[in-house]
Amino acid sequence: MMEPGLYHILFISTALFFIGVYGFFTRRNLVTMLMSIELVLNSVNLNFIAFNKYLWPNRLDGVFFTIFIIAIAAAEAATAIAIIINLYRSHRSIDVENAEEMKY
Amino acid sequence: MSGSTIIFYLLAALILVSGAMSVTSRQIFRAAIYLLFSLIGIAGMFFWLQYEFIAAVQIVVYVGGIVVLIIFSIFLTQQAGEKLAKQKLGRQVFSALAAFCGFALTLLQVYQHDFIKTTAVAIEPTVSNIGNQMLGVNDNGYALPFEVVSILLLAAMIGCIVIAMKSKPEAA
Repeated sequence: MMEPGLYHILFISTALFFIGVYGFFTRRNLVTMLMSIELVLNSVNLNFIAFNKYLWPNRLDGVFFTIFIIAIAAAEAATAIAIIINLYRSHRSIDVENAEEMKY
Repeated sequence: MSGSTIIFYLLAALILVSGAMSVTSRQIFRAAIYLLFSLIGIAGMFFWLQYEFIAAVQIVVYVGGIVVLIIFSIFLTQQAGEKLAKQKLGRQVFSALAAFCGFALTLLQVYQHDFIKTTAVAIEPTVSNIGNQMLGVNDNGYALPFEVVSILLLAAMIGCIVIAMKSKPEAA
């Protein structure tokens, strides 16, 4: 076991990103797909903070980008859940196969 | 091996294991709880990196906001005790293959790249430093993106209300 550094955190965030991608590919339920997206966004946040800490400690830009990503993720989750609940009301199901009617 | 190293590996295991369980669990409520633990692990990692403000924001917004919202939407849209339909094996295998190939490719690039650290003197990521620089209007200020995000949040709020509102029957 080595002393953890930038590469260790990059490994974790890459793994988490592709766990989220795998979930996005396999899940057919809109709520679980939203959960996969949250995992992907969190891995990006971890990346920004790690780069800020280990490569550019004289700046705070990584912190700002992380805060903005968190705010946008909250807005995105709220909008997605509003759409999902509205879809459930009209279709009684939140499967993506049924959601393609939304475009008409 | 110091205590900090042990805590790092424990947090890494918590993040990755509960993240993997959250995308593979067939009971949707359990998947949401695993997601919660994964997000708490990320917040712990921010604490480990000594970015306390970001860790606090992560806990407040994700754990206190988004996960609660997801759990509510699960309650509103799922029948109790119902499992998610089993996926086709072929789709699972190919998704895992695609994700693994992407993982290996990205990791290869990361380990081949030589990151160069700056030599400038570090700034402490305290709340006052973050606030002063984020709302500043000089060179490194982020006042304009901050305002844009606030408009985005307002638009999202109005959009949510409009979308989720029950449409009244037309008064003939």
